[in-house]
Amino acid sequence: MDNLTLLMEGFANALTLQNLLFALIGVLLGTAVGVLPGIGPAMTVALLLPLTYALDVTGSLIMFAGIYYGGMYGGSTTSILLNTPGESSSVVTALEGNKMAKAGRGAQALATAAIGSFVAGTIATAALVFVAPFIVSIAISLGAPSYFAMMMFAFIAVSTVLGTSRIRGLSSLFIGLAIGLVGMDATTGQPRMTFGQPLLAGGIDVVVIAVALFAVGEALWIAAHLRHGKPATIPVGVPWMGKDDWKRSWKPWLRGTAIGFPFGAIPAGGAEIPTFLSYVVEKKLSRHPEEFGKGAIEGVAGPEAANNASAAGTLVPLLTLGLPTTATAAVMIAAFNQYGIHPGPLLFKTEPVLVWTLIASLFIGNTLLLALNLPLAPFWAKLLRIPRPYLYAGILFFAVLGAYAAGLQALNIVILLLIGALGYVARRYGFPVLPIIVGAILGPEMERQLRRSLQISAGDPAALVGEPLAVVMYSAIVIFLVVPPLVRLVRRRWVRRPDVPAGEETKPENADTPDSLVR
Amino acid sequence: MTRRLIGTTIVASTLVLALSACGVTGSASTTATDSGPYKGLQVMVPNAPGSGYDVTGRAAVRVMDEIGVSSGTEVTNLAGAGGTVGLARTLTEKGNPNFLLVMGLGVVGAAYTNEGDAKVADATPIARLIEEAGAIFVPANSPYQTLGDLVAAWKADPANFAVGGGSSPGGPDHLLPMQLADAVGIDPGAVNYIAYDGGGEMLPAILGGKLQFAASGYGEFLEQIKSGELRVLAVTSEERVPVVDAPTLTEEGVDLVFTNWRGLLAAPGITSAERARLVGAVTAMHDSKEWAKVVKDNGWTDSFSTGTAFSSFLTDQDKRVATTLKSLGLV
Repeated sequence: MDNLTLLMEGFANALTLQNLLFALIGVLLGTAVGVLPGIGPAMTVALLLPLTYALDVTGSLIMFAGIYYGGMYGGSTTSILLNTPGESSSVVTALEGNKMAKAGRGAQALATAAIGSFVAGTIATAALVFVAPFIVSIAISLGAPSYFAMMMFAFIAVSTVLGTSRIRGLSSLFIGLAIGLVGMDATTGQPRMTFGQPLLAGGIDVVVIAVALFAVGEALWIAAHLRHGKPATIPVGVPWMGKDDWKRSWKPWLRGTAIGFPFGAIPAGGAEIPTFLSYVVEKKLSRHPEEFGKGAIEGVAGPEAANNASAAGTLVPLLTLGLPTTATAAVMIAAFNQYGIHPGPLLFKTEPVLVWTLIASLFIGNTLLLALNLPLAPFWAKLLRIPRPYLYAGILFFAVLGAYAAGLQALNIVILLLIGALGYVARRYGFPVLPIIVGAILGPEMERQLRRSLQISAGDPAALVGEPLAVVMYSAIVIFLVVPPLVRLVRRRWVRRPDVPAGEETKPENADTPDSLVR
Repeated sequence: MTRRLIGTTIVASTLVLALSACGVTGSASTTATDSGPYKGLQVMVPNAPGSGYDVTGRAAVRVMDEIGVSSGTEVTNLAGAGGTVGLARTLTEKGNPNFLLVMGLGVVGAAYTNEGDAKVADATPIARLIEEAGAIFVPANSPYQTLGDLVAAWKADPANFAVGGGSSPGGPDHLLPMQLADAVGIDPGAVNYIAYDGGGEMLPAILGGKLQFAASGYGEFLEQIKSGELRVLAVTSEERVPVVDAPTLTEEGVDLVFTNWRGLLAAPGITSAERARLVGAVTAMHDSKEWAKVVKDNGWTDSFSTGTAFSSFLTDQDKRVATTLKSLGLV
């Protein structure tokens, strides 16, 4: 285990009192800035980067690792407590996390997010140590057709959680797809639905859409119902995770990590798709599916782990290829460059000490983050004791601030309010809001990959199934779509014929097996 | 209805911006006549953190603060529409002597493709800082060994020849293959250009052999070029580049010189004294050994120019970009 020795050397470099202090400062600052909605991890790192200029390479890398993980985690706090996601990757956390917070389980939601982030971050960083070269060789072999197939899969998987009414769910999805169309077409440069406004050419920021639908939509909803009686203050329950919470969290943490890391490591992965997928998986596998939508802890634990694992996964292409797959990674490359270090295929060979110190720093930053945030969770959760009118005034304030910070444009605030009104209408008439966000995030990405595939093949649709992973994905989709209805059909036939001959009575039990696989 | 609503909101938001701009101008004018270091200089980066403009702008600000030309300079990222949103915002800072916009060839092109009213010519030119030559490169296992091989195959069937670049239409990586096609006698409209979201996203596609060739700045791919995973067939600068072992386009018989460049613009409507002071500060920054190191570390080429030289360069670039985009029907 040559890598292990090198990693130990990295720890030896990183673990000095002074460096630990830098790590602590980094984690604190990163969390603080990350908590502000609209300021995602990339901006957090960019804003705080000048602070590291004064330090030596090791010190700055360590502070950097702290800022990076702190910023990733900070976003989930506002998601859970205020229903105001600070970045697109913590949108899913708000779904169940905020419901938990309202039921007086905010501390548990924050705790499972913190521990899940730690578990995922640690496992994923370890994976980075041992499987990075292997993953990179796979990542390079993936082309646009594979990405398109993967997104189709995510799309179909997520659309199964459209809610009770198919028509309402699909309507929401198409509204989301329409919002996603706004902006300049990346292939031809033609503006679409921009109404001649250059400000709209870049599309509508996903954070603005999410904050509008969740926070503003809900504030309007609460305001509309104030006359029906004084709403009770949100209860704040016990501050710690109970035995049952642990039991229901550990598997989602591990599954979230397994989903998040590979997505982070491939070039077009990002953190949104794995968090959505993790949510769907947890909902399907949960023993308490009825709790989803009302505050299921699995729905926080899984996506939060997926989010952090994908953040660590991002470092795989960064350190082995010099390939920034997210804005945060691009800022990191800029940070490396200032020391004359150029991440690329030779980095592990030319700068081994530095790389392993960075990896050791990531472990340290991750541990400090947990040590800092776990004790704080109950205190954060007490925020919700604020009476509702003031609480929602505060939420609206943060929502507007976040929308403005996302693009420094007053137009964003107008879009926020318009989509917020849409969110209110959706609640009033029972349309689910999650599909709107799914459409707005996945729609443009799918379109890009589909058009890119067809462009490369000069219009030949056969190219879409020209890569092995694409074939695997489409087969999975077919199984996903065909098997459950078949099972239902088989079952219905048996139910309709109660006079079943005795010898065939075992069959319905056989039909159970595939059903439990997809449930 | 919606259109009118949005129209109204634009008016409203412009008003807000104009008001805030007035506020900035009012407070800033008191410090403008000072001769000491700049205090409260604002630098706007019209792109996301980590982008080329961001790296250039933040490095310049760091050097300026380090050598004492300025202190406490504030960098703001205002991404959108290939830099057009940042440019439009700069134009609203009319008369503000403490405002700089980082820009480059991409912003010139985006100002056309986004059909906005903001044009580069409306701002005050300050300086061109650096340039980054482009390169025509292929993966190591590509059959094309020389630019001649590549062009011959490309000419035979342009529709089936996937060309990648890291910018959207109107950006440098899009303009380069179009101008190259034009120079070798291929209709730019027939070029099968595949736009990626930055060089990083394109890298796996070129390494994995999904693209026939890529046209992009070589800076981002220097490590892959060194390790031999990518082969450069030609560089697009006037002279050979020390770090890349490849001929120039002109040496290969193609009459084209193309470089991506980045520089600084100031707000419109500033006095010539205020402009001279900004140029002086940027010149001091450029002359420092710290800046020389930044240029070297990033693999850029120093192409500093100010005054009328830079102004006429801007006009020339504006025309060239407009011609290319017109031939593609994008303007």
